[in-house]
Amino acid sequence: MMNSLILNAATRLLVALLLLFSIYMLLRGHNLPGGGFIGGLVGATGFVLYAIAHGCGATRAALRVEPQAIAMVGLGIALAAGVFAAFFGDALFTGQWLFIGATEEDYGLPLSSVLVFDIGVYLVVFGSILTIVLALEEEV
Amino acid sequence: MAEAAGSVPRVAGGPAGWISVLIPAAIFAYLVQFVPRVGSGEVILWAYDWVPALGIRLSILLDGLSLTFALLISGIGALVTLYSTRYLGNHPEYPRFVLYLLAFMAGMLGLVLADNLIALFVFWEITTISSYLLIGFNSDEEKSRRSALQALLLTGTGGLALLAGMIMLGNVAGSFELSVILTQGDLIRAHPLYVPIVILFLAGAFTKSAQFPFHFWLPNAMAAPTPVSAYLHSATMVKAGVFLMARMNPALGSTDLWFWALVIAGGFTTVFASILAIRQTDIKQVLAYTTLMALGALTLFIGAGTADAIKAMMLFLVVHSLYKAALFLMIGIVDHETGTREAPILRGLGRKMPITFLGGALAAISMAGIPPFFGFIGKEFLYKAGLEMEVAMIWITGTIFAASVLMFAAAGIAVLRPFTGPLAETPKPPHEGPWPMWICPLILGVLSLGFGLFPDYAETWLIAPGTWAVYGDYSYEVDIYLFEEVNAAFILSLITFAVGAFVYAFHRPLRDWLGRVFAANPIKFDPGWDQVLDGLKALAHWQTRHLQSGVLQRYLFTIFATLGVLAAFTIWSREALAFQLDLAEELDGLLFKHWAVLLFITAGALLTALTSSRMTAIASLGVVGIGVALIFIMFSAPDVAITQLLVETLVVVLVAVAMLKLPHLEIREGHRDWRPWHAAVSVLVGVVSTLILIAVLQGDIDRRLTDYFEMASWPEAYGRNIVNVILVDFRALDTFGEIAVVVIAALAAYALLRGTHYARRKAPEEDEA
Amino acid sequence: MELLISIMVGVMFATGTYLMLARNVLRFIFGLILISNAANLVIFVAGRLTAESPPLIPDGADFPAEVVANALPQALVLTAIVIGFGLFAFALTLVYRGYQSMGTLMSDQMRLAEPREEDQ
Repeated sequence: MMNSLILNAATRLLVALLLLFSIYMLLRGHNLPGGGFIGGLVGATGFVLYAIAHGCGATRAALRVEPQAIAMVGLGIALAAGVFAAFFGDALFTGQWLFIGATEEDYGLPLSSVLVFDIGVYLVVFGSILTIVLALEEEV
Repeated sequence: MAEAAGSVPRVAGGPAGWISVLIPAAIFAYLVQFVPRVGSGEVILWAYDWVPALGIRLSILLDGLSLTFALLISGIGALVTLYSTRYLGNHPEYPRFVLYLLAFMAGMLGLVLADNLIALFVFWEITTISSYLLIGFNSDEEKSRRSALQALLLTGTGGLALLAGMIMLGNVAGSFELSVILTQGDLIRAHPLYVPIVILFLAGAFTKSAQFPFHFWLPNAMAAPTPVSAYLHSATMVKAGVFLMARMNPALGSTDLWFWALVIAGGFTTVFASILAIRQTDIKQVLAYTTLMALGALTLFIGAGTADAIKAMMLFLVVHSLYKAALFLMIGIVDHETGTREAPILRGLGRKMPITFLGGALAAISMAGIPPFFGFIGKEFLYKAGLEMEVAMIWITGTIFAASVLMFAAAGIAVLRPFTGPLAETPKPPHEGPWPMWICPLILGVLSLGFGLFPDYAETWLIAPGTWAVYGDYSYEVDIYLFEEVNAAFILSLITFAVGAFVYAFHRPLRDWLGRVFAANPIKFDPGWDQVLDGLKALAHWQTRHLQSGVLQRYLFTIFATLGVLAAFTIWSREALAFQLDLAEELDGLLFKHWAVLLFITAGALLTALTSSRMTAIASLGVVGIGVALIFIMFSAPDVAITQLLVETLVVVLVAVAMLKLPHLEIREGHRDWRPWHAAVSVLVGVVSTLILIAVLQGDIDRRLTDYFEMASWPEAYGRNIVNVILVDFRALDTFGEIAVVVIAALAAYALLRGTHYARRKAPEEDEA
Repeated sequence: MELLISIMVGVMFATGTYLMLARNVLRFIFGLILISNAANLVIFVAGRLTAESPPLIPDGADFPAEVVANALPQALVLTAIVIGFGLFAFALTLVYRGYQSMGTLMSDQMRLAEPREEDQ
């Protein structure tokens, strides 16, 4: 933890921005560079910065949930997204798609199990990195 | 444990006892219904596919041989379990004993009934393991543990040999079904693998049936509780080897190799065991050595192989199982009620234990071969078959003569002397045992008499079908009878009685004399076994010391050196470098940024390796990481580059955090630490990696998968970022596995750190010290 | 460029190996990082290098119009980087924890589980 006023003040804003950016990276990932891995890394980096500025206790309070729980939930979501396909008679981890408001020209707003899977990846990466970093920092 | 036994006495073993009796009794009753069908020469086959892909079936072959064995196993099993309810019923571990015994019984029944070789092997191993557990049942005694381990190692090794033999045989015959293999004897005997198959099968059979020179485990196995000795190490398990040889006789028999291997080993075991039996003072050991002798005789007659010999073998098999189990159970009662089994101490028990004496006497007379008992018939047919041999007649007949003399004397030692004469002092005052115990030897003894008086029943039920199955010829006329005429065999019997009585009369001076002879004999098998084991342990210790140094550096050096040498050898032997490099084309179009990145990474890597400052090392690593990310950017991999940059940031954060608590790299180490051998291996690894990569780049690239992903990414998976589509859609299962690894790594690291935290809080004084 | 990167990868493997063979487990970890970077590069370069055309499908098209970079090795390398990070983090905490309980970073002095014979 560093006692720097500028850092303290800046990180509050930065964390919010990084978190927003990470979600943006996650959602655009299917069509442009980004995705769950990158999004999760960006989000985790934000909270690592927060931990450096405000300490681990404050970071855990800000997270509200244990990071290892986030990682496990993410793994569960990814698995559920994969098993979901089995209900439609497809092989496991086959993508399932629902296009809202689709026309012949446009796919509309696509909702898919693939996106759910990527959210799971995001949470796994996010939670795993914070688990390690916070535990190591608290130890020191 | 002993106190628990005293405070909670189990009446007749509790429910475990009755269950253990009912199961074998029910099996026996079920099997009896097949007797008429099998007796008329029918072979019953039944199959269930177990591992169809490997041709392993749970199939049953019920013919005369397997039915005879199955009836002995379940019948004697029922008696032995009944006997055990009182013999061990108060033992605190009695349910465990029952479990082992029933497991053994299941294994043994499976072994004799199996039609599939692999299934037979599995059951064979079950009997080995349950035998190990039963011999070591008194696990608090060192002797029991040693004997158990010795039996396990010897029979287990034989079992492995047997498995190898079975696989060979299965391949030669084209089937693992015995019912098929047994019809292909000519093909198997002509095959070049015939000799190894026979050797491997005999290795299994000889160790299991304790043939010389693997005989020594059986007397040691008498450390088991007496019902176990009666059941496993006399009536059933040790006969598994005999069963195997008898079973395989139609397929592997009738050759010189088979004949001489079995005749010599069996004959030698018979004579050797006869001499050793006289030497023993412990009556249970006397019986153990006569068992060894009987196993030798059975092996000998399977090897002899004529129809008469096989008939005599089957006859003697049943005879021996009946009387020997009875005698073991009898000596168990004596041991239980008097506290000793020592022949010199026991005398005059007959008046105190009349029913035990009656059962033991019936069995002993059968063993001695006195008419009209079943044992007499058995001995007569052994003599008859031996005298009619065309080859090795003297050797076989002589062996049987020695064995019969010994059995006559042993019957006296085991029963006549302990139960007659003046009552002697024993550790416990002798009295009659409870009925579940004395009834068992009595039933077996009465059977020995009954089959002797009415041999036709034994003939049609057991002996004839068994002989057909082993001899492989169902047209052979089997006829057994108590007395036909005064012939050579009968005269030999009379001589046997005379010599046997003589040996019995002088058995005590003979015993002392043999004791002195054997004490002077330098070749001892049992201590020799210990030497072999010690040698193995020393060898294991030696090679562990050399291969497992426990030094991480040496392991890694071995791994990297092996990698480098093998890769270099592969490159050389496959001529992977037979191509021309176009340097001009390579250098053409290289921009300043390319050179800069290459230079940065190379310098960073070298600096990391050579610096003695950890800050420099971390900074250089960072340079390498960023440089790699730049390569990803320059060559159209935005996703990878972003990931690399973010991970690089986190690596630096983690290392920096850890550094706060870790010591510096030794300052001087950088200079002192020059390791030329390590450097040589490192250069080798580096050079082969470069060469392999160059060789790969010279070949054509297979773009089929990439093309498919490019074509399908949008139309099928609705994604424009092909890399992401591969990760979350096409190869989502792989990705799932990968994120699972990430979670596991995180949880493991967390557990490591939290464990430290917890341990430190728990023992602060230790941490400070 | 492929040839020069191959040579550079060789240097990374060599230095990484040399570091992994050191007594100090911290150097071992440095070597591990170098080698995983080198391995990622090998996979990436083996898929051939294509400059300035990332594997994206332009809007309105069903598949890339021109030759784009090989997406398969990129996907492999991306997950390899993240897994490599997990491995690195675990190794680092292991070293850290080992130093706490054994007070040394020298691998040949970490002999709690297998004491030397002369010490027994």
